Amino acid sequence: MAIAAKKKKQSRLVELVNVPLDWLEERSGIIGGVKYFLFRKVPRDTSWWHTLGSATLTAFLVQLGTGVILAFYYKPHPDTAFESVQRITNDLTLGWLVRGMHKWGASVFIILMFFHMARVFLFGAYKYPRELNWIVGVLLLVLGMLEGFAGYLLPWDQTAYWATVVGINLNGTGPFVGPFLAWFLQGGAEIGGNTLTIFYALHMLLIPGAIIGLILLHLYLVVRLGVSSPPWSDEGAGRDRYVVTTNGRAGLVNPAPRSGRVK
Amino acid sequence: MEPHGERPHVPGPSLWPIGFAVGIACVLVGLVVSWPVAAVGAAIALIFGFLWIREVTGDYRGEPREVAGAAAAPPPVVVEEQELSTYSRNKFLELSTLGLGGLITGIVTVPILGFAVLPAFSNQELDDVDLGPLENFPEGKWMETTYLSNPAEGEVSRRTAYIRNNGNIPDRPNVPSFTIISNRCVHLGCPVQASGPRAKQEKKVKTDAGEMLITEVTPAAFSCPCHGGAYDTEGNRTAGPPVRALDRYAYSINGDRLVLLPAYSVAWVKGEGPSALIKRYGHTGPGIHVDGVEAWLYPIQPTDVAS
Repeated sequence: MAIAAKKKKQSRLVELVNVPLDWLEERSGIIGGVKYFLFRKVPRDTSWWHTLGSATLTAFLVQLGTGVILAFYYKPHPDTAFESVQRITNDLTLGWLVRGMHKWGASVFIILMFFHMARVFLFGAYKYPRELNWIVGVLLLVLGMLEGFAGYLLPWDQTAYWATVVGINLNGTGPFVGPFLAWFLQGGAEIGGNTLTIFYALHMLLIPGAIIGLILLHLYLVVRLGVSSPPWSDEGAGRDRYVVTTNGRAGLVNPAPRSGRVK
Repeated sequence: MEPHGERPHVPGPSLWPIGFAVGIACVLVGLVVSWPVAAVGAAIALIFGFLWIREVTGDYRGEPREVAGAAAAPPPVVVEEQELSTYSRNKFLELSTLGLGGLITGIVTVPILGFAVLPAFSNQELDDVDLGPLENFPEGKWMETTYLSNPAEGEVSRRTAYIRNNGNIPDRPNVPSFTIISNRCVHLGCPVQASGPRAKQEKKVKTDAGEMLITEVTPAAFSCPCHGGAYDTEGNRTAGPPVRALDRYAYSINGDRLVLLPAYSVAWVKGEGPSALIKRYGHTGPGIHVDGVEAWLYPIQPTDVAS
């Protein structure tokens, strides 16, 4: 009797959770979408190496969150930028931590991108049919480093200022378009107040927007094409494998066509 | 009214709605621009609206409907039905949507892109800088002078020049000659320093170009802290990565005051002081060759474009 009561209670609890989820699912299909995204088939031999991409994404999300909050208190003007960063670091509660997370997290993001790229390269995961995802990844790497370059100016101290002078003038020595690129970046003939606001806008809006868009594309391709198995796997690419029947788009029906083992 | 059975009853093709739309557009523009335009627009809209309504209601008022060829051959031509596919209309709408969309996108985007790029290249010339009385620059001495190149922008526009009074020009006894060298390294733009003793005291001079700081230095050379570029006291490169001699400023003497004019780039300097022979070019960015084969890589400078 007690067991039956407990079961009844449990089922009511399950219902309590499920009803709103079902409501949402029926009207948006979002639960199914999330399930489809999260519970994909992956090769049996995936390892910790395959988590580097997610780690990079996590590092980027940390940058996104801390960056937005730093923007609450940062004042992008030549007269106030340095003082506002000092205030964030020294005066505001936990400001030192969030700024530190953003500053060091930037390096973590870049380093993880390189590790992720090395993993993909050494595993041969850039090969057919994933070449496009490699290209998108390279664009993300370039944008990530541009983001770092733009963000480096924002503390507006001597290091930041002169590093940016050198960085802009390096661009300026590019043949033909170089000088025009330099003038565009510094917002005029010389580095000045406009440079700071331009770099602020690039760092806050333009480049992160582009990165978010490309990350979505990157993830879409991962979901569509599936995760590749490591080279030592006996399900690896190039080995004989069981025939996989593909009706429709291979990636969608069998998220990992190269390693899918049909029983 | 004739029965139309299964066929949808739609009004015939008409140009009047276009005129009506133009009239409405005129009214809207006129509300912003001027009342006469709005009045003309209202008139156009009224006339075309009337014509349109008259045509649409023609069926109900018992007027014969105008069908092309209906007068010549009363029985409708069925043979052509296959030819008159709906495809072309479909295609027309598709293309006009794309075309109109493209046009609107262009109208919106072009000024935005223009604003994104053009301000950096227009109105870039700086005012001449008043450096104060000539007594601040005694003969034969190097004075490190910092000033605001653009007082409206504030401290961020503080620049440094090394100024040496070379004494009077030989054949013009009352006109002093100056050597004014920019401290911007022509490798990558770091600030070059005077390598030599530096006076403890600095002189503060107020001019309309903000507060200037004038410090006496005794350089044996100029050298850059970033990547080791080195120059002699005429600005010629002696070592390191720079690709030409240090930039110089033109100057003029206004009564008893020294006035700084725009900078120019220098390939090399022969001789020194008032008799120096200077190979000068338009002002260009650091790291850019002004002479030799490498200069061909930079056919146009933004300074040539900026006005």
